[in-house]
Amino acid sequence: MASLWEGNEVGDVVTEAIFEVSRDSLVRYAGASGDFNPIHYRDDIAQSVGLEGVLAHGMLTMGLAVSPVTEWLGTKGFVADYQVRFTKPVYVPATGSVTVSVSALLAQVDEPSEGLATLALSVSTEDGTKVLGKAFVVVSPR
Amino acid sequence: MSVNPELLDTVFEPTEPYRVGREKVREFALAVGATAPLHHDVDAAKEAGYQDVVAPPTFPIVIQEKTLQQLLAHPGAGIDFSRVVHGDQRFQYARPLVAGDDVVATLRVTKIQSLGGHTMVTSQSSIAATSGEPVVVATSTLVIRGDEG
Repeated sequence: MASLWEGNEVGDVVTEAIFEVSRDSLVRYAGASGDFNPIHYRDDIAQSVGLEGVLAHGMLTMGLAVSPVTEWLGTKGFVADYQVRFTKPVYVPATGSVTVSVSALLAQVDEPSEGLATLALSVSTEDGTKVLGKAFVVVSPR
Repeated sequence: MSVNPELLDTVFEPTEPYRVGREKVREFALAVGATAPLHHDVDAAKEAGYQDVVAPPTFPIVIQEKTLQQLLAHPGAGIDFSRVVHGDQRFQYARPLVAGDDVVATLRVTKIQSLGGHTMVTSQSSIAATSGEPVVVATSTLVIRGDEG
């Protein structure tokens, strides 16, 4: 059986994606997840707790960041472990959108068994701010 | 108000069973830009050996959230919700979560740490099938900002 990372070596970027996050995205995620915290749709409330304004749900950013990985993985395996640290807020303007870029680098492979592989995710907004830290995905064959 | 240190190792009551719904999985997948066919197409999922569509990796937050509500609402916890920021999140899977699964979640407080006026509360929500089979452990660290923060 081919390994999960066939055709790639440690250090390669295996998949990338760009997401446009707008207030619409936040409304959609709120409904899908059940997280209706008003800091994700009301600027006045976000500002009252010391934020610049409405920000994306951290869990939306975490969810977006792993989507290119499951697309890349297809039916070869599954995400066995996924962790992130929320380092900076993703502020979302009232009109237009903020661009969130995701890049997944093959960081480690389990050579002898061709089993698990670890991807390191790099997730940043258009001004270069890294919004997730310590973001790792371990993928496993089924 | 500060976090009660006696919360450490507290185990909460298991949640009511949660049925992972096919349309909920599709709706969630759409919201997080998860376009892989396994999240949407029942035939593709079955062909890959799953009983139904596969939940995206962060879907269990929907279930874990019910346990975090228990923690935040606990009268003895001393957690001021308005000061809570999500610090870290992790999902560790025994197998993928799929539509049709009936699961319950049980939260345990695993770490309480003070740092620079803030308090960090880490909890693990073990999500298992109603049969007892472990599926995924969801771990969150909540940062409770101090008065001066």
